[in-house]
Amino acid sequence: MAELLVVPALLAYGEAAFAYAGELRGPGLAGRLATWGVRLGWLAQTALLVGQAASAEGFPWGTWAGSLNLFVWLVVGAYLIWGCTPRYRLLGLTVMPVAAALLALAWAGGGTAVDDGERSGAVLAVHAALMLAGFAGLMLAAGMAALYLWQERRLKRHERGVLKVRVPPLEALDGLAARSVLGSLVLLTLGIGVGAASFERGDFDAAMAVTLGVWVTYASLLVLRHEGWRGRRAAHLNLAGFALVAIVLPLTHFAA
Amino acid sequence: MSLLTLVGVSHHRAPIELRERIALDLDACRALAQQLAQRLGGEAVVLSTCNRTELYLAREEDAEKEAAAAVTELAGDRAVDIASALYRLRDEAAALHLFRVAAGLDSLVPGEGEILGQVRSAFEAGAPGPLLDRLFRQALHTGRRVRLETAIGESPASVPSAAAALAQQVFGELHGRRVLLLGAGKMCEATARNLVSRGAEIAVVANRTLAHGEDLARKLGAQAFALDAVAAELEHVDVVVSATSASGLVVSQSTVAHALRVRKGRPLLLVDLAVPRDLDPAINGLAGCFLYDVDDLRAVVEETLSGRRGEAASAERLVAEEAARFRDWHAARDIVPTIASLRALAEEIRDSELARAGGRLSERERRHVESVTSQILAKLLHLPTIRMKEAAAAADGVVYADVVRHLFGLGEEERRR
Repeated sequence: MAELLVVPALLAYGEAAFAYAGELRGPGLAGRLATWGVRLGWLAQTALLVGQAASAEGFPWGTWAGSLNLFVWLVVGAYLIWGCTPRYRLLGLTVMPVAAALLALAWAGGGTAVDDGERSGAVLAVHAALMLAGFAGLMLAAGMAALYLWQERRLKRHERGVLKVRVPPLEALDGLAARSVLGSLVLLTLGIGVGAASFERGDFDAAMAVTLGVWVTYASLLVLRHEGWRGRRAAHLNLAGFALVAIVLPLTHFAA
Repeated sequence: MSLLTLVGVSHHRAPIELRERIALDLDACRALAQQLAQRLGGEAVVLSTCNRTELYLAREEDAEKEAAAAVTELAGDRAVDIASALYRLRDEAAALHLFRVAAGLDSLVPGEGEILGQVRSAFEAGAPGPLLDRLFRQALHTGRRVRLETAIGESPASVPSAAAALAQQVFGELHGRRVLLLGAGKMCEATARNLVSRGAEIAVVANRTLAHGEDLARKLGAQAFALDAVAAELEHVDVVVSATSASGLVVSQSTVAHALRVRKGRPLLLVDLAVPRDLDPAINGLAGCFLYDVDDLRAVVEETLSGRRGEAASAERLVAEEAARFRDWHAARDIVPTIASLRALAEEIRDSELARAGGRLSERERRHVESVTSQILAKLLHLPTIRMKEAAAAADGVVYADVVRHLFGLGEEERRR
């Protein structure tokens, strides 16, 4: 029964994705509807995850689809911290369509089913949760970077309607993306540390290499920020790092 | 019941040379309002801005003739022209007009914010009584509500305010943001004041003539430099506003590029209000730099003004709601004294009969009779009271009040005495 909750969650996320597009025409009802869609969808997905956790004997999100399900929940949860305020509402335009698409993919892959999970130890569960939370924060940071580049382009091109759409200020997007990266790096560091605790010689694989590459990319972003890598350059590096997370890492992790 | 009268002249029907004949400063508005209130034995408020002069009067009889005479008297030898441009409104229509004015819907630029303060000043300087007090307080509430619940006042309506809004789009809150002014003319000053009103600090005023620059710098609490010292200041400011009368470029791309190396990626907004332009257009191509000239700003303003017009429909709905609330309150005003008189008469009769029977009853019996008669009165008067209030809301209140007064002889006893 609980697995049916993916339907209202998906519908609500999809509604939010469309409504944020409506918010582009001008702030108002569309944005408020979108925010409520995100809230209700997240509540439904929370209930689904609770149902999965309650009926599973082990960690129920060990498959690629299950991880995706948990990942989407973390991303949307992180988004809700800022996205409910009118000032940052438009961030949903970059986050929610991707979240809805990923949840649909997770559903198609069986990641939202309520059944016995794979038996796995607590260490692996904590490692997976920390890593997914870290990646969720990086996805949010990528969303902010994308929004920064879009708004910067509009300002550079002197678009007439540049003040009509309520986009967060450029400095705020840049600063928030950096803070999001910092928080995510902390989570990733803890996750890598927990994973390393059960590491054995010969365990090092392509996925771990890419994960370390992601960590180095984002750590470099924070260091270079002090040398003047802000604004557009930081946004591009942010998106490059997320390309590693979104494309390369799943291929190396789940294709093996 | 007090009648509300509005007589006025505005930019819709009178050109500026007529309006300026009857424009009054705040002290003159105060004096005229006091004079009218005393002479007419009622309430008066005078609102005078660059776009309108309006007299709001309230008294028991119609005051339209006296109000029109007061306005035409102000016009002197242009009295005939003024008389043809006058508009005259009463009661609900007058209230609706004032609420639209306070909401900025009757202004040249829809949603402009200055008018709300002007309405407040006129109210405070006027001679209001119960009716005008309620009217103006509700007008101020309406103005605030429209600005809060619609976006009519949000977008900039002038080039200086567009520049300030763009600065907020880049930096967010402007507290602590430093501004460099190139030039000391009116355009620079207007833009500077807009930025200051949003929290920015004017750090430097650079001008070809140092004395003029120092005058403006003193007003804005800034330092004054000559134009050739600008390059060094670019490293320390966030916004540059330029409006000099120079015939060539004042700041080149290479100057800004040099400053950017030291700025470590911090963005820089440059606003060029001069014609011919002061700032090299190639500056816009530098990373982290945003350069807007006067044509760019005008295009932004045009776009936001069209958005304001779109918000006007929502604002009109809010204003109509508030006008209906005022109408209901005004209509109920006549009913309330009548209801009070009826209850007072009923209590008087009850007290008189209780006093007559008092000697024949024990203390306990007296208390019991008092309680029962009080309940009888409350139940008898409950439904008529509700019905009269409902009738007041439906604008039949005056008729019901007259009938009740006649049937029960309310006020006749006083008149006989």
